[in-house]
Amino acid sequence: MSALPLPPVAAFRGRGGRAVRSLAEDKLLLASGAVCVAIVALALLGPLLASGSPSRTSILEANLGSSSQHWLGTDALGRDIFTRLLYGARLSLAGPALIIAVSTVLGTGAAITAVWVGGRVERVLNRVLDVLFAFPALLFAILVVAILGTGLVAPVIALSIAYTPYMARVVRSVARRERSLPYIDACQLAGLSSWRICSRHILPNVFGVVRAQASIAFGAALIDLAAISFLGLGVSPPAAEWGLMVANGSTALLNGYPQECLAAGACIVVTVVAFNLLGERLAVRSEGRR
Amino acid sequence: MASAPSHGSRASHRGALAAGRTLARWLVGPLVTVLVASFVISAALALAPGDPVAQLLGPRPTAAQIAVTRHELGLDRSVPVRYWDWLSGAVHGDLGFSIVHRDSVATLIGPRLGTTALLVAYAGVLILVGGVGLGILGGALRRMSPLVAAITGLGIAIPAFVAAQLLVSVFSLRLGWFPATGAGSGLADRLWHLTLPAIALAVAWAAYVAQITRTAIRDEDEREHVETARARGLTAPVVFRRHVLRNAAIPIVTISGLSIAGLIASSVVVESAFGLGGLGTLLVDSVTARDYNVVQAITVALVLVFVVVTTLIDVLHTMLDPRLRRGAERA
Repeated sequence: MSALPLPPVAAFRGRGGRAVRSLAEDKLLLASGAVCVAIVALALLGPLLASGSPSRTSILEANLGSSSQHWLGTDALGRDIFTRLLYGARLSLAGPALIIAVSTVLGTGAAITAVWVGGRVERVLNRVLDVLFAFPALLFAILVVAILGTGLVAPVIALSIAYTPYMARVVRSVARRERSLPYIDACQLAGLSSWRICSRHILPNVFGVVRAQASIAFGAALIDLAAISFLGLGVSPPAAEWGLMVANGSTALLNGYPQECLAAGACIVVTVVAFNLLGERLAVRSEGRR
Repeated sequence: MASAPSHGSRASHRGALAAGRTLARWLVGPLVTVLVASFVISAALALAPGDPVAQLLGPRPTAAQIAVTRHELGLDRSVPVRYWDWLSGAVHGDLGFSIVHRDSVATLIGPRLGTTALLVAYAGVLILVGGVGLGILGGALRRMSPLVAAITGLGIAIPAFVAAQLLVSVFSLRLGWFPATGAGSGLADRLWHLTLPAIALAVAWAAYVAQITRTAIRDEDEREHVETARARGLTAPVVFRRHVLRNAAIPIVTISGLSIAGLIASSVVVESAFGLGGLGTLLVDSVTARDYNVVQAITVALVLVFVVVTTLIDVLHTMLDPRLRRGAERA
């Protein structure tokens, strides 16, 4: 279980999912998609937009409120918070992106293999996934940090493994339904190879669900990874990363300067809401089309 | 599990078989999971790069000193032997020795356990009351549904450590209602100290539980048997209580239980945010200090609790849903 709720996409059934609406009509999908694209674009282009350096300290400018010079104010070392958020976006988003890419490939591969081959292979794979499931993701990440040391590598490896069963579970149920459809028999009778049936027919049909679950899992991975950095076990200072910024800002917050904490926290929340909504709408679409 | 009615020897044989399967599912399965998990944890920590002895002996120890200390700590033995020693010790309450605190791990964990348990229990109550309550509100009152959906959608995205900072900034610093750090002493004082941490811990999970509850109720509300009950002229509260809520209870119970299991891991973050000095804080400190015996004891303990809770949910789930009960007997 993840440190934070990672709902399987099936949980969203029944929320306006009955009628398939056209893409243009699904305003929530468009809006959340646009926000996601904007966030990613800011992360990629951010350093071009920011004027100063994220690590330029200035004792005289410590804990300033927002002004025309420092839009979101400065932190306890006088660094510009807005600039650090922009630079931090790369580290904050790259980790979860990597985690989701790896766990999606592993989970989808394992699920389709299990469903296709069946028998003992399926039982063993299911058992492995169950045992992995018994590890809370965050706890697993902390354990792997204990073994490999602090930094981004250990938690990214750990969370990639920890998220695999989540992806596999969702894919498995859809793949199983797909495998039982008559057209798969037809493909087999037509003499298509297993690889071809799985990659050209089953995979495209589970893709809708994979996409939706990946989007939701991205938000959860972002939170888990930020939590690791918040605990001081991930990215180490003076690097800019949202979770680390919340931790850094907590001292200033106690002294009455909440700007860094709140700004970094808001970035995390907005990103997660956008990706959750996107995933939820994608799930409704893929469910409705069926 | 309810006992199967026995009609003759075949039925009772089937009953015994079902009982065996149930036992395997609810006792052997979880036990194997915990054993495998604890072995993996033990082996992984044993094989971790870096030598804890170097840290213990300080600068420039002689080779003989290293060898003696390694032997004393049992580090010169093979991984399975070390696991077996650890396991047989753990069963008797001996969790090994902390090389950083120079004290037995059990004495370190003991006093901290209470804080963590109280925090998780407090948050669990908040989730059940707040999450299920909000979900029922959103499910029962059609007009409230979009609002509840929006609240839960936002709540799910708030990580515990962000919620912690928000709560401290408003309720400790601005309003001064609750302390910002520390765990307090005495039950009333501790509850007062743990209020903000418990809320921070509960927010995301309560939102999730509310979301599932609302969806479950709305799904059930559209079913034919509910329409029929309405058509029979039953009043809305009766239909809701007897037909909607009773059927929606199954996913609600499952997800509430899972949420409480999930709290166990999240509590690490909240303890750190509020400086509570519970198990989670000890775990994070021990990870940084590479105090492996403490790390091992706490992670295995948390996995154990997690597995026990998820198994209990499974049991409860089966008891609530007669279809599963029959399925288990037939399987």
